[in-house]
Amino acid sequence: MSTLDPAGPSASSIAALWWVMFWGALALFALVIALLAVSLLRPSALASIKPGTWIVGGGLVLPVPILVALLVAALLLGEQLLPKPGGAAPVRIDAHASQWQWRFSYPFIPDAASTSILHLPAGEPVDVVVTAEDVIHSFWVPRLGGKIDAIPGHTNIIRLQADKPGVYRGICAEYCGEGHETMGFEVRAHAPADYAATIGGQP
Amino acid sequence: MSGEHLSPVALHKALTRIWGTPPGLARFSAVNHSILGKRFMVVAMVFFAIGGVLAMLIRAQLATPDSAFIGPELYNQIFTMHGTVMMFLFAIPMFEGLAIYMLPKMLGARDLAFPRMTAYGFWCYLFGGTILIVAMVMGYAPNSGWFMYTPLSSGIYTPGINADVWLLGITFVEISAITAAVELIVTILKMRAPGMSLTRMPIFGWYMLVTATMMLIGFPPLILGSILLEMERAFDLPFFDPTRGGDPLLWQHLFWLFGHPEVYIIFLPAAGMLSTIIPTFARRPLIAYNAIIVAIVAMAFLSFGLWVHHMFTVGIPHLALGFFSAASALVAIPTAVQIFAWIGTIASGRPRLDVPMLYVIGFFIVFVCGGLTGVMLAMVPFNTQAHDSYFVVAHLHYVLVGGFVFPMLAALYYWLPHFTGRSSVYRLSVPAFWLIIIGFNLTFFLMHLTGLMGMPRRISTYPSNWGWDWLNLLSSFGGFIMTMGFALVLVDIVMQFRLGRRGTRNPWDAGTLEWAMPTPPPDYNFAALPAVTQRADSLDPGRLGNNLAAGDGYLGFARASRQESLGVDMMTGKPDQVIVLPRRTWLPLWTALATAVFFLGLLFKIYWVVPLGALAVVGLFLVWPRALGQRHDAGPIDIGQGEAVPVDAEVEDNVTWWASKIAAVADATLYASLLFGALYLAVVAPGWPGQSTETNWWPALGLLAAFGGSVSVRLARSRNADGTSPYGWLLGTAVLAALAAAACIVGMVQLGDATIHANISLRFALYAYCAIHAGIAMLIAAHAAWRWRGGYVSAVRATSLRLSVLWTDYATAALIPAWGLTLLLARSGGAS
Repeated sequence: MSTLDPAGPSASSIAALWWVMFWGALALFALVIALLAVSLLRPSALASIKPGTWIVGGGLVLPVPILVALLVAALLLGEQLLPKPGGAAPVRIDAHASQWQWRFSYPFIPDAASTSILHLPAGEPVDVVVTAEDVIHSFWVPRLGGKIDAIPGHTNIIRLQADKPGVYRGICAEYCGEGHETMGFEVRAHAPADYAATIGGQP
Repeated sequence: MSGEHLSPVALHKALTRIWGTPPGLARFSAVNHSILGKRFMVVAMVFFAIGGVLAMLIRAQLATPDSAFIGPELYNQIFTMHGTVMMFLFAIPMFEGLAIYMLPKMLGARDLAFPRMTAYGFWCYLFGGTILIVAMVMGYAPNSGWFMYTPLSSGIYTPGINADVWLLGITFVEISAITAAVELIVTILKMRAPGMSLTRMPIFGWYMLVTATMMLIGFPPLILGSILLEMERAFDLPFFDPTRGGDPLLWQHLFWLFGHPEVYIIFLPAAGMLSTIIPTFARRPLIAYNAIIVAIVAMAFLSFGLWVHHMFTVGIPHLALGFFSAASALVAIPTAVQIFAWIGTIASGRPRLDVPMLYVIGFFIVFVCGGLTGVMLAMVPFNTQAHDSYFVVAHLHYVLVGGFVFPMLAALYYWLPHFTGRSSVYRLSVPAFWLIIIGFNLTFFLMHLTGLMGMPRRISTYPSNWGWDWLNLLSSFGGFIMTMGFALVLVDIVMQFRLGRRGTRNPWDAGTLEWAMPTPPPDYNFAALPAVTQRADSLDPGRLGNNLAAGDGYLGFARASRQESLGVDMMTGKPDQVIVLPRRTWLPLWTALATAVFFLGLLFKIYWVVPLGALAVVGLFLVWPRALGQRHDAGPIDIGQGEAVPVDAEVEDNVTWWASKIAAVADATLYASLLFGALYLAVVAPGWPGQSTETNWWPALGLLAAFGGSVSVRLARSRNADGTSPYGWLLGTAVLAALAAAACIVGMVQLGDATIHANISLRFALYAYCAIHAGIAMLIAAHAAWRWRGGYVSAVRATSLRLSVLWTDYATAALIPAWGLTLLLARSGGAS
């Protein structure tokens, strides 16, 4: 269930981003609190710093390069995670949310019935097309990647990949009424060879 | 005219007779800013306690997995009310109360510009908040989350009155935010002490000026959204229904267009308090005064450009998100400027620790952490994981508790001697601090991890096998420790009031004007208004206070039982008018009760009561000016120090005129939000087939009539300036405005069934807005005619006429885009 235990490329790169930000934030936090502590306990040590130096140093020189680098990195990462057209068209699965359940259907397999378990082929990207019946829900499988909202009247797509066959948990992340916490679902990633057979054989 | 020179005691008695509010029932008619500021703060603290109890219920429920303590139905009401109470009924009114109490004292005025509006705002806040709490006790609390996302909050999925309680109760409370915003801006710009130019203003004045401006622009989108959603719920007008041309995302845009600036609206006053407290304890003036002003103005601008970071997962194109991501990250820069200005102030001073500084340190620890997670959340890929998880819950509490509650506690301990005239008891405030900071971090630091481990917010329970158990248990444990800390603070405050020693006047040796008066403060604040010759945060309040008490300054006398304060030139602070303030009156209470009738009629769907309530409100407001104004031109009068200026009624640049212009800005923001909504739906929403419909010509006729009104009111104004009667032209203006209103109403009727499609309901809303404003123009023109008949208007005393020009032009201007959108919407289809 944890985003820090990623099982796909999207969740992995986001987890890597998190750890970079975590250590960076820790260092900045320590710096600010250390400066505060020194200014309170030994003000003479910092008294020679001019007001302009505090403002330019702390307000511009310190944050600007960090923010710019972070923004560029995040933008590039975000672009990479997008469901872009081109290349091999990935498998498409429809996820339809209603109060309070998910139904998954598989338009690329002609007679596959819809299921309440999300079946994925392991090791390849999947585009999940998310829609909603009634109120807003949100599709989230923390170990595979970020979330995307299911909004009535809108169609949203998220690209996910499970690296290995296995069972993962998904959950509704947008508050949707009395049954919100019951709207979890199971995600099963299958070896690509058995995938089509598994879906076709679902009741 | 100024009377003989009185002894300090006689002057005190004379001024108290004029400004005082007697005890007993008469307190309900109080309009004094000290009384009302304290009332705002006390009521806000009561709501904080209620919100805190709700938080404890949440933590009790989540302490263990599979908890059966409270079911989801009740839990949903509890978390919705916790957020609603803390944001709308605690945080905003709390700083409003402090600003209402403190600003006139810091700026060197005897009251705010519109004392009766302060009182009216207070009653609206109290009544609106009471509606929410009573509904909760009865079991009908709102349950759609504090940001009320549609369609969950719409009539189909929340059929009871729960959501109506939120929409109407909060809108009722927001009246107080708008009135406070208007009067704080006017007071800061026009009612400073003589000589206090903008660049000499204490920094808290700058913070509140920016905050109040943000409130003026930030609240209208929420008020509009609430009105539209209530219209959808009550009358089935489909603004947010995707099956009939609406869009649930329109609500999110309107809500967060308010909701994100809101965070800075809460933070900036707290930062202003820090910027006041820190220099006192560093024993040197604040460094980088100008850089801080630039930073807070930058923050205000940025804060209106990053609302979409609450909507990173709704499916907006990634590159567009990049813009909002950058804006969200950049807001860290002005924040960092302030953080380092504060540290630099401490470092270059001779700092000493005392209880307020303890809470300032708590602020640094908690808020810096919240700011850093804020930058993380601004990164789109990370946001898609953390959004709507407990990571966000942790972040928002770090920002709001760190950025508001800790500074507020520092401010409380800093200014408590001002409220009580007593010195602190101290014994409890230190252990209370440790309980709060340890409890807070235990509760919320762990929630970062809980969220990263996949726990979404707003679930009433969770199974035990996902590793969230011990984290939640510790969070709950920490929550109860924190509550004990807050309880100790409360006991400490009560003890200071009851047992504190009578203290010295300026216990912290501060350099701002609020300490240049006896504590607790007299009803009139200053027996004489000071002349300020330097930046007003490094004055000598002790010496100044004695001089002022002796009447040595401006207006150091009691004149004609009038409540007088000074108005100054906005930039330079040179006195330019005597402002005659209204004395205590029951009108604000009656008007607020009539407003309550209006809102309760809507809430209980007793619609025949609604227009009666509205009429009563309008009627009462028209009576308000009766207590003010004068029937002759008096010319400049003595203000002491050998200077003389006219009274406010005889100058163009008076507070009433400024308040109207500022109110028009808020109104125009509301209208702009409506126009944005109409364009947004026409362009973005699903279900707009694109056939043309019949064009409705009535608004064009309305525009013609309103334009006639604008011409007519100008003729009235120029006749008045010539000293001839404007009466006929004013009546003509009223008639033309009435015709414009009537044309808009006929246009609304001609639209037919507005429930069919958003295309029609949008035009319905636009025409309704124009009809209301043409109606306002009519009332103001008629009122100006009435005031002229009463002798209150002359070529010099022409404010009524200028107001009539302003609001007639506003009605005309509103009809232009309404007509343009009529043409556009008629071609956008949707009405089959």
